[in-house]
Amino acid sequence: MGNKAEVWQGTLALMVLKTLEAMGPLHGYGIARRIEQTSGNRLALNYGTLYPALLKLEQEGAIEAEWGLSDNHRKAKFYRLTRAGRKQLARAAQDWEQATAILALFLAPGEGGA
Amino acid sequence: MKTLRASIVRLGGLLHQQRREADLAAEIESHIAMHTDDAMRAGLTREQARRQALLKLGGVEAVKEAWRDRRGVPFLEHLWLDLKFALRQLRKNPAFAGAAVLVLALGMCASTAIFAFVDAALVRPLPYPGAARLVAVTETSAGFRRANLSYLDYQDWKHFNTVFQSFDVYSGGGFLFHGPDGAEPARAGRVSAGFFRTLGVTPLLGRGFLASEEGPGAPRVVMLAHGTWQQRFGGRPDILGRAVTLSGESYTIVGVLPADFQFAPLGAAEFWTVIDARSGCAVRRSCHDLDGVARLKPGATMASAVANLASIARQLEQQYPDSNRGRGVSVILFAELVSGDFRPILMLLMGGAGLLLLIACVNVASLVLARAEARKREMAVRSALGASRARLCSQFVTEAVLLVAGAGALSLLTASVLIETLKKLIPAAMLPQMSFLRDLGLNPAVLAYAAMVAVLAVAWFSLAPLLHLAASKTRDSLAEGARGATGKAWRRLGSRLVVVELAIAMVLLAGAALLGKSLYRLLHVNLGFRPDHLALITVAAPDVSYGAKERNVALGREIVSRVASLPGVESVALTTQPPVTYNGNTDWIRIVRKPYHGGHIEVNERDVSAGYFQTIGARLLHGRYFSDAEDASKPKVLVINETFAERYFPGEDPIGRQIGDTQLTPKSIWTIIGVVADIRDGALDSEIWPTEYHPFNQDPSTYFTVMARTRQKPEALLPVLGPVIHQLHPDVGSTGETTIEASINSSMTAYLHRSSAWLVGGFAATALLLGVVGLYGVVAYSVSQRTREIGVRMALGAGRVSVYRMILQEAGRLAAAGIALGAAGSVAAATLARKLLFGVSSWDAPTLAAVAGLLGIAALAASFVPARRAARVNVVEALRCE
Repeated sequence: MGNKAEVWQGTLALMVLKTLEAMGPLHGYGIARRIEQTSGNRLALNYGTLYPALLKLEQEGAIEAEWGLSDNHRKAKFYRLTRAGRKQLARAAQDWEQATAILALFLAPGEGGA
Repeated sequence: MKTLRASIVRLGGLLHQQRREADLAAEIESHIAMHTDDAMRAGLTREQARRQALLKLGGVEAVKEAWRDRRGVPFLEHLWLDLKFALRQLRKNPAFAGAAVLVLALGMCASTAIFAFVDAALVRPLPYPGAARLVAVTETSAGFRRANLSYLDYQDWKHFNTVFQSFDVYSGGGFLFHGPDGAEPARAGRVSAGFFRTLGVTPLLGRGFLASEEGPGAPRVVMLAHGTWQQRFGGRPDILGRAVTLSGESYTIVGVLPADFQFAPLGAAEFWTVIDARSGCAVRRSCHDLDGVARLKPGATMASAVANLASIARQLEQQYPDSNRGRGVSVILFAELVSGDFRPILMLLMGGAGLLLLIACVNVASLVLARAEARKREMAVRSALGASRARLCSQFVTEAVLLVAGAGALSLLTASVLIETLKKLIPAAMLPQMSFLRDLGLNPAVLAYAAMVAVLAVAWFSLAPLLHLAASKTRDSLAEGARGATGKAWRRLGSRLVVVELAIAMVLLAGAALLGKSLYRLLHVNLGFRPDHLALITVAAPDVSYGAKERNVALGREIVSRVASLPGVESVALTTQPPVTYNGNTDWIRIVRKPYHGGHIEVNERDVSAGYFQTIGARLLHGRYFSDAEDASKPKVLVINETFAERYFPGEDPIGRQIGDTQLTPKSIWTIIGVVADIRDGALDSEIWPTEYHPFNQDPSTYFTVMARTRQKPEALLPVLGPVIHQLHPDVGSTGETTIEASINSSMTAYLHRSSAWLVGGFAATALLLGVVGLYGVVAYSVSQRTREIGVRMALGAGRVSVYRMILQEAGRLAAAGIALGAAGSVAAATLARKLLFGVSSWDAPTLAAVAGLLGIAALAASFVPARRAARVNVVEALRCE
């Protein structure tokens, strides 16, 4: 339990967008499972936090929702990336890469100062 | 962009809430179902699988709540919920809501209405550009803090000063306007040429006066007040250049003043003319009849202006010792001159209204607290169910806002009525001096004041219960049976508030009583004459026709005999100034056969006809009065008052002594033939000045007052006085017919004292009511809390009497504390306001004792009801209670 990482502030939306880009339309439960799998089960994701995040993305126009049928023939609400969502994903991914690259420079051993 | 979009969508989220809720519930249900399916496939039982799904989700309700916070605008939704809840709470408790709103509205209404007057009189700048740099400039003398300027002194001050951008003078006066119905006196202003430029006033039509019009040989020109133009000249546009006959002389109209022009010192002036530099008074340095108004230069201060003028005055004193000895300088803000008489009373009333507001707020706060106490359990339950502290606070704030908003709206309505009512109560004769009241009303400044009061009230009503609740713990409140500790805490707080209320009520009551006593003393001050059955009318005759002494004396005699022939008239007399008006119109004298050091002996001078003293009912102390036959052909004689005799002839017999002008010029010598008991010539509250009474027939005037003593009601004579004089001489005007009692009653002094006494009395009565109701509330609450204790006591053998004693003692302690605190406050407040007291000291013991007694009795009566209830407690029920 102790060695699972918490989801950092603001990264959940990015993970959701990336998941939807990779997987196509998917319901909330599916997205949650997929995020966990992708992280190699290293993330402690509280599934409940996903729904306000999905609502926020929907309000921002990054995703759209529609009721459909799941693989097991259960009624489920499917989320799909919109054009605006793709752009937002591209921008956020770039920002994130840049941020991690900068942080990596700081954390690299032996570089710089005395 | 996306935030904006999201905000709009969120606002939209406030709509269709039910459908969205259902959608969310379905989505979460499907989530749990899919998760359960997966977990069962992994080998768990249905129960275990579902449990795991729920755990992983983090609780269905928590998810929904987080989702809801994101869906709409939680703040707005909460506000709406709070509002709905607060309204429901208030409706459920109409007695509380009604009482709180009414009490608060009462306090807010009084203070808003009084503030409207304060704003009009003291806060709002006068309607002149750069009014803050306008100063009122006069001389000073031994008798007057502000004494009139003489024209020649003014000329020197104007010429040599280095502090004024411009400096002008004005003086009130009157003309006889010869209208279609004959001569009619009209108020006028005489001003130096630059007067309107100094004020910064541009005429509506035509022009202001030219400097050349002040000098000798200038044509006579006049400017009209806007109302005069409208009413006397029908507002005709071709008015400029027309001639108007004033007091028998022709003037050319050169300008009309704007409609909103106001000049309080000469409020009712209809005609404005230029000071005649050649006239009798203007050429004598010792003749003072002007007031100055000046505009300070940029950089000049009041202090530098006083210093500058004082050095000029000192030079003039050396140069002209006879006329200028002891003449100093007074410079005050012009605004201060205008509001001067009203400032102390307005401050007093503002203080009174403030105290009333305070007591209302304390009262409502204790209501709110009592309710908060009763709702402790509700709060505790909400808090236990997860309501955040902020959420609980916002509930109190919302309720406070609702209460204050209701009270505020009600108070604005009543305040506007109150303002109008108070304005109507101002005697018409005083209105011209209060021209600043013209735009009195609920203007933005007054509304801002009301809003400020409202915000403070909201803060106070929401903070008080919050602080109170913060002190108690949720757990204790849930276990409400344990009422001991918290109930006691509330009782202590409530008691303190009641002490404050009673103390304030005491201060207001004492203030009202002292002011009432002042008013009584004022209206019953020894006048030195009998004011009943005295009618009076002021007469003005044109100098051109009646200026000659013989003609003037003849006019006086004719009017006296004509009025005396009216039915019901007992006797008639003339005076240049009726009693109970003001000290002033003075004379500088020197006493023959007494050492003279050049200081000015300044005494009131009145010219009265032979029957004056008998007509008004004065009392002769020594010597005799003069007779009608003592005119210019006889030796000059005069009557002095008692104060004159005591001050200048202490221990001597003044009869037969002589006085003259400062040079004792032979023709100025008068012989004293009588001493009359002091007649109150000045205002009711001013001291008696030494006064000399000259025979009208030896020193006549074309402007005088006719006084008639009647057998029936003097009011009956008023309608005929004017027409009778008019019939006698159509070119003589008359004005201001009234009775002396009415004129005393509507005098500024009487009005100020009366209005302050009544208003503070009203505040005090309200405060008394609120304070006593507050006390009742606390005692009643205490009794209800102690029912069980009382039951136990009685079961153990305590008699009803001892229960009475216990409750009344508790109330008595509170009342005593309030009264003691209030007594100290009363003395302090009355000391602050001692200038408004007349004939009563600020620590008048009988008044304080009476007020304390009244408050004590009222407090006793208020606590008797709950005490009785306590004593009638049914022991068995009381013990069972809870």
